[in-house]
Amino acid sequence: MRHLLSVTDLDAAAATALLDTADRLRQALLGREVRKLPTLRGRTVITMFYENSTRTRVSFEVAGKWMSADTVNVSASGSSVAKGESLRDTALTLSAMGADCVIVRHPASGAAHRLAAWVDKDRETTGTPTVIVNAGDGTHEHPTQALLDAATLRDRLGSIAGKRVGIVGDVLHSRVARSNVFLLATLGAEVVLVAPPTLLPVGVAQWPCRVSPELDAELPALDAVMMLRVQAERMHGAFFPSSREYAIGYGLSEDRAALLPEHAVVLHPGPMVRGMEIAPAVADAPNAAVLQQVRTGVHVRMAVLYHLLAGAPE
Amino acid sequence: MAQDRPGAAAARELLSASDVARTVARIAHQIIEKTAGTENVVLVGIPTRGAMLARRLGAAVAEFSGTPFPVGIVDPTLYRDDLRHHPARPLSSTDLPDGGLDDALVVLIDDVLMSGRTVRAALDALADHGRPRAVQLAVLVDRGHRELPIRADYVGKNVPTARDEQVKVLLEEIDGVDAVRLERA
Repeated sequence: MRHLLSVTDLDAAAATALLDTADRLRQALLGREVRKLPTLRGRTVITMFYENSTRTRVSFEVAGKWMSADTVNVSASGSSVAKGESLRDTALTLSAMGADCVIVRHPASGAAHRLAAWVDKDRETTGTPTVIVNAGDGTHEHPTQALLDAATLRDRLGSIAGKRVGIVGDVLHSRVARSNVFLLATLGAEVVLVAPPTLLPVGVAQWPCRVSPELDAELPALDAVMMLRVQAERMHGAFFPSSREYAIGYGLSEDRAALLPEHAVVLHPGPMVRGMEIAPAVADAPNAAVLQQVRTGVHVRMAVLYHLLAGAPE
Repeated sequence: MAQDRPGAAAARELLSASDVARTVARIAHQIIEKTAGTENVVLVGIPTRGAMLARRLGAAVAEFSGTPFPVGIVDPTLYRDDLRHHPARPLSSTDLPDGGLDDALVVLIDDVLMSGRTVRAALDALADHGRPRAVQLAVLVDRGHRELPIRADYVGKNVPTARDEQVKVLLEEIDGVDAVRLERA
């Protein structure tokens, strides 16, 4: 694994290795005074975010710092991007400055792949190996989110293989949903997408999952349910009549949450729109793992940085 | 790794199964003697086989002295100085006793002592978990070729070796048999 661009680059063994490493890193940091490992000392990790983000950017930054990497943040506003510099030039500039890893979030699907191709080509001439990590590209993929969801589920449910996971809501605009469907299927889970027909992407029939329009019918048989945020910022048309109607059809209300089996876990990638896709009381209930997802996120991103940066360059 | 492929290399047995058992018992007695009157002694093994030896030593100490010492594991991988020379290594677990290591007398345990670099990494890892009062080192085999100023307090067997030889410690828990062998590459 040279870059982390898509969960489809990971087979079950590689994904499990990442989850195991994340677990071990959590253990290694448990109850310590010094929450810092020397493993990535002298490595430079740059986060390059062309979209708003709190948790993913901070999570990567904390992960890098806990492993002693030097982390630098670049955001689109306030950088040369605002002056009209292209993605390619910005990335090659950062690579030329000696970035060992560029973590990129971009509104265009496929941006991370393009970036990886450019730095690989650049490497042939300069010999500087820069690793690219996809932190979300348009509506395509968000691999570390899927990994942290898998890590949380594995911790809560004991295993992933054979478990049934529902992913509910705005699948069309959700890179989280796509990454999760493919990763969970790789790890042997049975995935059910529940969404209004207008919020399902073209080609969903080819995904390794089942599609259902009826949330109430699915809930009693789920081991976990993942609520997606309705991505108003990506909606440039009428996908459903009103937010109230969406909440009635696809929101996880208290009454709905009562239909879940007792052991079932409620996940949300955040940021949550309380009252829309998830009721406040459900989000704060003990079977909701929202904050555990955030905590696990740091360990999973440390694991990704460890696997990509700690060893000899490939 | 320690899988023994017959005919792959000329192997000489350094310790048999009963030798290993006797050696573990002897080190346990030495630890009891040397730490007599000391409170808060913690045995910490280095994965993989050091952690197993730590468990065995813990059981032996409990049997001989009646006072069990807490046993823990510390994985030094994240502190190694040769990470960049190999593909990313898988991590092992770290599991320290609830009481922590502050003011404890830690006996660090590994199977083979050679360059001392693993022990150096483990010492750094221990330091991040607390401040032990003292750290001692117990190894089943000391094969020489030190690259750092590190020595063991308890040694099962000193074995002069050539650099291109390999000392293989086999333990029943994962290898199905207890033995220590010297193999020529």
